[in-house]
Amino acid sequence: MLGALKLGAQGLAVALVAGLLGLLVWKVATEERSAVPRALEQGRTLPAPEFALPRLDRAGELSLASLRGRAVVINFWASWCRPCEEEAPLLEQAWRRFRSQGLVVVGVDAQDFRGDARRFARENGMSYPIVHDGPGDTVAEYGVVGFPETFFVNRQGKVVGERITGAVDEEQLISNIELALG
Amino acid sequence: MKTIALFLVALAFAATAGASETQPTLAELEAEIICPTCQTTLDQSDAPIARRMKTFIAARIAAGDTKSEIKGQLVDQFGEAVLAAPPREGFNLLVWVLPPAGLVGGALVLGLLAWRWSRSGEPVAGPDPSEDPEIERRLDAELARFE
Repeated sequence: MLGALKLGAQGLAVALVAGLLGLLVWKVATEERSAVPRALEQGRTLPAPEFALPRLDRAGELSLASLRGRAVVINFWASWCRPCEEEAPLLEQAWRRFRSQGLVVVGVDAQDFRGDARRFARENGMSYPIVHDGPGDTVAEYGVVGFPETFFVNRQGKVVGERITGAVDEEQLISNIELALG
Repeated sequence: MKTIALFLVALAFAATAGASETQPTLAELEAEIICPTCQTTLDQSDAPIARRMKTFIAARIAAGDTKSEIKGQLVDQFGEAVLAAPPREGFNLLVWVLPPAGLVGGALVLGLLAWRWSRSGEPVAGPDPSEDPEIERRLDAELARFE
């Protein structure tokens, strides 16, 4: 009886340790890493991770799905990011120049105070749609490593072209927009 | 006397907790809020957003907001992940309940096992060698040799 009890306790302890180890391995193996950066590095296209976020520039929500059929520039930024200030005029120009051809620039303000972001947008003359992602969920889904970072989505909803980390330059921006517009 | 002392200690703790809620300090909130970009508490971070959050907290403290109100405003902006400790409600309750429950459960199992093992170690009843006349005789003989 005592032997069986001891054996049971030992078995339970081993099972517990094995379970915790398994949990650790599973967590490391399945840790959510975005497939977007790797796919772009390999020159592959893949569906853009969906999002539906509250708008910062007006009431309501904007979802990526609602923009299907148009090319989309997704620009991740925050009001505390200095390079974001540099590139804002270029994004605004691109939005005005290509919107009639079916381009939408979407600014995703992430990990930021809404009030700061609204002030930033006003001061930098940003008239394109801006959404707010306080917790930064989309940041993880797109594999964003720092602000600003820019992605291009074609009319079929696939991420194409380059992933631009840091402030965009005009040439890079235009060539990727043209690729997304098809 | 003991009861009075315990009551006074409990009262002191309650008063501290109350003061912390109504008049929070920047230092304690910095230790309870996570910087969203670096995933450490604010007191460990010098990231731009962490500095901005510290300024926000200091302003809200100066405005007379309670700790819960300030935390609520930060959760509204950055989501629940901004809290270093999850709120004690809903599914998050598990985080608060499971560790002490595990400790109590573990202590109970250990206690039970220790009790069982201590019982099994009790001497087994059997013939008392001192009651055996033959052994007693040999013992006497041996002792006699030394006398």
